[in-house]
Amino acid sequence: MNLSPDNIIYWQMGFFKLNATIVYTWGLMLVLVIGSKLITRNLSTEQQRSRWQNLLEIIVTGINQQIEEVGLKNPQKYLSFLGSLFLFVAMASLFTVVPGYEPPTGSLSTTTALAICVFIAVPMFGIEQSGVGGYLRSYLQPTVIMLPFNIVSEISRTLALAVRLFGNMMSGTMILAILLTITPFIFPIIMSALGLLTGMVQAYIFSILATVYIAAATRVRSTKPEGEAENKTESESK
Amino acid sequence: MLIDWFTVIAQVINFLILVWLLKRFLYRPILDAIDAREKRIAAKIADAETKETEAQKQREEYQQKNEVFDQQRNAHMNEMQEAAKTERAQLLDAARQESEDLRGRLEQALRNEQQSLNEELGRRAREEVFAIARKVLSDLAGTSLEQRMTDIFLDSLHKLNKAQITELKSALKKSSDALRVRTAFQLSEKQSAAIETAVAEILGKQKPLEFIIVPDLVSGIEIISGGRKIAWSITDYLDSLANSVDDLLKNKTATEGAVAEKTAATTGQDVENNEH
Repeated sequence: MNLSPDNIIYWQMGFFKLNATIVYTWGLMLVLVIGSKLITRNLSTEQQRSRWQNLLEIIVTGINQQIEEVGLKNPQKYLSFLGSLFLFVAMASLFTVVPGYEPPTGSLSTTTALAICVFIAVPMFGIEQSGVGGYLRSYLQPTVIMLPFNIVSEISRTLALAVRLFGNMMSGTMILAILLTITPFIFPIIMSALGLLTGMVQAYIFSILATVYIAAATRVRSTKPEGEAENKTESESK
Repeated sequence: MLIDWFTVIAQVINFLILVWLLKRFLYRPILDAIDAREKRIAAKIADAETKETEAQKQREEYQQKNEVFDQQRNAHMNEMQEAAKTERAQLLDAARQESEDLRGRLEQALRNEQQSLNEELGRRAREEVFAIARKVLSDLAGTSLEQRMTDIFLDSLHKLNKAQITELKSALKKSSDALRVRTAFQLSEKQSAAIETAVAEILGKQKPLEFIIVPDLVSGIEIISGGRKIAWSITDYLDSLANSVDDLLKNKTATEGAVAEKTAATTGQDVENNEH
């Protein structure tokens, strides 16, 4: 009984190794990329279009809309990163219906990797939006005293991201494995369906949190003048 | 340790590759397609709006043109009607004038004919009357027409009342000319002498009478002096004869017209019968 697919190692040479996590990730990547490639090969710009194209359009515009609703002004800029996060996590949990499949998100290494990506992406987008100084100043908001707390929150939320996804995915697989040994009929199917649901929820949570973090990092500068303006008008009215 | 750092690094790289690949194969084409479609729809809507405005404009233009055309047509119609009316009136006038002229000419011709007929009739009647009178007189009384005329003239001279005689006398005094006796025929010596005697009896001593023969006098005798005249002729009889002949002619013309109409009607009926 393996707690993580990292432990299933197919090939190893010193530091380099090929475990189930990496292999299944590659599999997912292939499915995603080849599927997209096949569907987007014959895109129609007319009123009539294929069902697959419709599906992809719904997914892409849905993600786009979600990002916009969170408060990011130019959603297409963040679409590649946030959309890929959602699609990868969602597909990873969706494929749990395939027997013998181990979701790569059930490995703490994968979720850590994704969390690190978010951890790096947030300051990158923030700096791109408001410059290095502007971004670093956001750690001093609302006062200088908050600086350590801001840094701690930055690290802890990354950790939380990684562990939350890992815990959920791993627990789903674990419960399924345990139930299979106790009640081999019906219950595993119900749990598997529940696992699909939690997988989708986790994918949504993971990507929406990443979006919120990025939005928080990029909004600092753009909201500040508005706040000042509001204060001014308030003082004037008084 | 649950975290395998090599796997972490590998997964980071994997994820970055996935982001790039999906961006290349999924997001960009899909977004491009959506944008293209939206652009196309927007273009179509804009095009439709342009066409609609154009159509609206054209419709208004055509409506205006129609109105102008209607107005022009009405104006033309009115003009034509006016012209036709005028033309009709002119034509009617011309026709009326022509018919009146024609009628006038016909009447004139009729009158001329009637007159010449009258004259002819008068001439013939005169001749006939004279011939008959001459014959009758010579047969019954053994006297000539001329003799009888002279007698009657002398009678009428004797029958003149005093006022007439006075008038004649005063006329004679005023005039320097001789008393003239005009006759349609040659008087005999005896007749001339009788007339002279009668005149002398009535009017007193006179200058010798002057006898003139005028054939147009219609077989009469008249004495003329300074605008006064004592006459006898058969003109009066002839006038009454002419009047009666006129009446006869008029009646005849009326009857002929009626007959002509009747004939025309009958012919029409014949034609209809033929058609049947």
